[in-house]
Amino acid sequence: MAKITFITQDNIPVIVEGESGSVMALAVENNVAGIDGDCGGVCSCATCHVHVTKEQFDLVSEASEIEKDMLELDDDANEYSRLCCQIDITEQLDGLVLTVAG
Amino acid sequence: MKKYLSPDPFKKARVAHGCAHMDEQNDPVTMILRLKDVRKTAHNWKTFHSGATPGRIVIPSEVNIRHTRQIPFEVDPPLHGSFRSLLEPWFKRPLESAYQEKLTQQVRALVDDVLEAGKIDVVEDFSLCLQSRALTLLLNTHASEADTWIGWGTHVFRSEDDPLDGDKAALLYDYIDEQIKASTPDPEGNLYSVLLSAEVEGKKLTHEEIKGIIILTFAGGRDTVINAVTNTISYFAEHPESLVRLRNEPEIIGRAIEELLRYFAPLTQMGRVVTDDTQVCEHAIKADSRVSLCWASANRDESVFESPEEVILDRKLNPHVSFGFSHHNCLGATHARQIMRVLIETLIEKVSSIEIIDFEENVESLGEFERKVGFHQLNAKFNPH
Ligand code: HEM
Ligand code: FES
Repeated sequence: MAKITFITQDNIPVIVEGESGSVMALAVENNVAGIDGDCGGVCSCATCHVHVTKEQFDLVSEASEIEKDMLELDDDANEYSRLCCQIDITEQLDGLVLTVAG
Repeated sequence: MKKYLSPDPFKKARVAHGCAHMDEQNDPVTMILRLKDVRKTAHNWKTFHSGATPGRIVIPSEVNIRHTRQIPFEVDPPLHGSFRSLLEPWFKRPLESAYQEKLTQQVRALVDDVLEAGKIDVVEDFSLCLQSRALTLLLNTHASEADTWIGWGTHVFRSEDDPLDGDKAALLYDYIDEQIKASTPDPEGNLYSVLLSAEVEGKKLTHEEIKGIIILTFAGGRDTVINAVTNTISYFAEHPESLVRLRNEPEIIGRAIEELLRYFAPLTQMGRVVTDDTQVCEHAIKADSRVSLCWASANRDESVFESPEEVILDRKLNPHVSFGFSHHNCLGATHARQIMRVLIETLIEKVSSIEIIDFEENVESLGEFERKVGFHQLNAKFNPH
């Protein structure tokens, strides 16, 4: 079980819990504003873009080349950006805080 | 050869040059073929713009048959973004359960009909009907309107012998004029009424702007959906085991939809007009000339996709561009994906096999390339469980 906090664009924290699957699917199930997951998680739409904090970036694995290429052309991306459909939920993510990108 | 196959004609040119040249109505096009270049170009709206003379970014060019600007398609940022903000909530309605239930009823009724009918033409008797009926949900208009649209046939701009038939286009434009005039502003009504009551950047929309939005909703969502649905049927006709697999593993339906869309790329390409002398993959491109973003080629880019020529239903990483990329990505994608989902769920439930009897391919001529984009006709028989 991992507790994950999403901070939405309106600066509202939404705390959700998940056991498995992708972080995007968890966010969509819980109607987290700004995470649409249009492509269902195949890394084609970038509607699941989040910022991880610098301190917690080690908790999530590094993005694949394909994901990096998607983020490169996203105007809101920074070095701590991830497409959260590419992050699988594990115990290790407990306490993770993600800011929904604009 | 398998009938569903959509061979990749761009491979050699994509690998060797990354670009290709296409002459088209005296307004040549440099086709951009690699995924990364297509994405970069789509993102860079300042140099590669959409707000050119109406019809010019479409290939074949519609400059001679259309004067109304399609919105938001032929508008650049920042105004583009203001129109998107107005339209996006409306085009997300397919995520609502009431919408999905109505769509499911429509598709189930249609599949029941073709199961009874014996031999049918999938294009006219199935895909066109499905597309038209589903569009009544997207516009929130009366279900009977679909009969009028089905009566227009499969192509709104094309006829038997003319890929750009001005008279046929006029039929659609006149119909839309009448519909707008007959509607009254109502934020809770159909798309015409909603647009009549809406404001963008503090101003009411003009008749011409509303017309531009509606034309796009009809034109952008017609051949594309018909190609997606018809190709999908041809694939399942030759892969009955895939239907069985999806029945047993419904959790991969989402991936299967994206993969079928990647493979079939229902819209081959879309143009942009270059604002300044520039370069794409080391090819010089002159100001005021056209380039195209070739989605169909980008989707087969061997430097990104493993076994790009294969349909791998549960493909996990699939950064395809069938719905475009960046600012102008497809506004109808939510609706189109929902159609694909309901279609697959209904086939799984009701259909055991589909037999193809005969067919006529729809092959586009694109300069040195010939690309099969779908079928003109696909005669087939659906068998129940
Ligand atoms: C499988 C079906 C479909 C495919 C493959 C498809 C493909 C595309 C593509 C590639 C673009 C990008 C064009 C560009 O970059 O210039 C686009 C834009 C658009 N599509 Fe679709 N489309 C589909 C269905 C629909 C439907 C059903 C509708 C509406 C009824 C629709 C409405 C639009 C609109 C309004 C735009 C312009 C968005 C903008 O400029 O901001 N499409 N579509
Ligand atoms: S859900 Fe589409 S890229 Fe993540």
